[in-house]
Amino acid sequence: MSPMFESRAARWFRRVTLALIALFALFPVFIILESTVKPLVDVQNTFQWIPSHVTFSPYAQIWQTIPLLHYFTDSVIVSVSSTAIAVVFATFAGYAISRFEFHGRRVFSLAVLSTQMFPGILFLLPLYLIYINIGQATGINLYGTFLGLIITYLTFALPFAVWMLAGYFSSIPRDIEEAALVDGTSHWGSLFRVVLPVARPGIVAVAVFAFMTAWGEVLFASVLTTSSTRTLGIGLQEYATQGNTDWNQLMAAAVVVSLPVVVGFLALQRYLVRGLTAGSVRG
Amino acid sequence: MPYLLIAPTILLELLVHFLPMVAGVVMSFYSLTLFTLHHWSTAPLAGLANFRLAIDFNGPLGSALLHSFEITVPYTILVVAISWGIGMVAALGLTAEFRGRSWLRSVLLVPYAMPIYVAVIVWSFMLQRTTGVVNTFLVGDLHLLRNPPFWLLGNDAFWSMVAAAVWRWFPFALLILLASLQNISNELYEAAAVDGAGAWRRFRAITLPSIRGANLVLVLALFLWNFNDFNTPYMLFGDAPPSSADLISLHIYSVSFESWNFGLGSAMSVLLMIFLIIVSMIYLRVLRRGGEFNV
Repeated sequence: MSPMFESRAARWFRRVTLALIALFALFPVFIILESTVKPLVDVQNTFQWIPSHVTFSPYAQIWQTIPLLHYFTDSVIVSVSSTAIAVVFATFAGYAISRFEFHGRRVFSLAVLSTQMFPGILFLLPLYLIYINIGQATGINLYGTFLGLIITYLTFALPFAVWMLAGYFSSIPRDIEEAALVDGTSHWGSLFRVVLPVARPGIVAVAVFAFMTAWGEVLFASVLTTSSTRTLGIGLQEYATQGNTDWNQLMAAAVVVSLPVVVGFLALQRYLVRGLTAGSVRG
Repeated sequence: MPYLLIAPTILLELLVHFLPMVAGVVMSFYSLTLFTLHHWSTAPLAGLANFRLAIDFNGPLGSALLHSFEITVPYTILVVAISWGIGMVAALGLTAEFRGRSWLRSVLLVPYAMPIYVAVIVWSFMLQRTTGVVNTFLVGDLHLLRNPPFWLLGNDAFWSMVAAAVWRWFPFALLILLASLQNISNELYEAAAVDGAGAWRRFRAITLPSIRGANLVLVLALFLWNFNDFNTPYMLFGDAPPSSADLISLHIYSVSFESWNFGLGSAMSVLLMIFLIIVSMIYLRVLRRGGEFNV
């Protein structure tokens, strides 16, 4: 509610509620951070609020306990590649939807969005078989390779990215672009020199979402990767559910893998809110 | 030109979404087991046998599927409702101007910024029976319970999943609601205040109708994602969850890959999709009335 009609009671109610929600949001984060500076005995016995002594060795040990660097590299390769390609393809498709009238435009937008509704489990099994068959038929290995995973994650990010960028481009006035077109610039030229610079917040938002999608995916990675292409989610899941987990080390790994996305997300959240608003304004 | 621009997206979505979906539907009518999988093109037609097996609620496979469905429905409703509620309260609280507001907004978004598997793993750690903070707090510090519960076994496993999922999803609701609340003009509230409308009245009469479009999509997205949730139970329990945490996606996954019976797994997935499509259509049809909304 707007502050100007807020009574004292309402103000205190708002403060207390927000504080409680913030506590709920931050408490697990506090537990993660605190556990990473605890020695192993502290996390093997009854939980204590205060570490018996502070150590940073979990951050060093975790790289030996599990092949974290290997998982990390795999996830970086897959996430960066799929994000980069998704941004380019979504820019093209979003631009087409917002600037051209063409047959099948509505069908295309709806079909792309409807893919969001499919249960992942429905196309996981067939996709696995299709990738294996493409490999046998053409020699292009999609099962167990980075390429297969990149293509898969790319398509997870695309529907939302296309929808959001189409909305963003539509909110950019056509006048600027038409001026450029009159001056003899081609559609490609106007896309790259006029539209893209203005749409930067939307593109940044799309990139962040695409990266987060790939970085956090587990279901398809569990089936489409082999030990040489294991990504972070599966690697940590294997270690977390195996039985004798050193939780201080696992929490250190959690910090290492969360840091890039959390920092990126928080730094760019302004763009995200702006991008989302523009996307939802559009019809 | 426009076709050239959308071609890459179309090709990829065809390959990874539409082709497998069609293949999945086709597979559900075939007997695809470990023995026929390698020569899938010659697999025998099974007709409706897979579907009959899946909905034979007296048989072991059918009753297990029904049980999983009966877990997934309350799980989804609880997670969506609580996440939306917390997200809405936080979003309303953040529309007021105060010192530290943007800092607080960042803090509240942290759970969503984390990878899902990290979010679930930390809850798994907090809910460990002896080494977890939750039992230390409830039993050791507050003395609310005498015996520390096994949060990750038996019926409590369900509530552990709900807690982890709400923690991860309420910031998403907050993000979307905050973005749409910012578009409501203050004049509406001022007019309502002049008319003497109370806070609850203003919320019902101005806030909710103004964000109707975004809200409709938000709730549907949360519903679909959580109904299909695989990550939460899988990260907490691996592929053998306690029966109270056997969500439907993980259930189908286990049935398919334990027995390598892809035909049956596909039939179950098709049933799941039909259910989701019907629910979504009813939802959109009922709520679309009386309000313009955009997707």
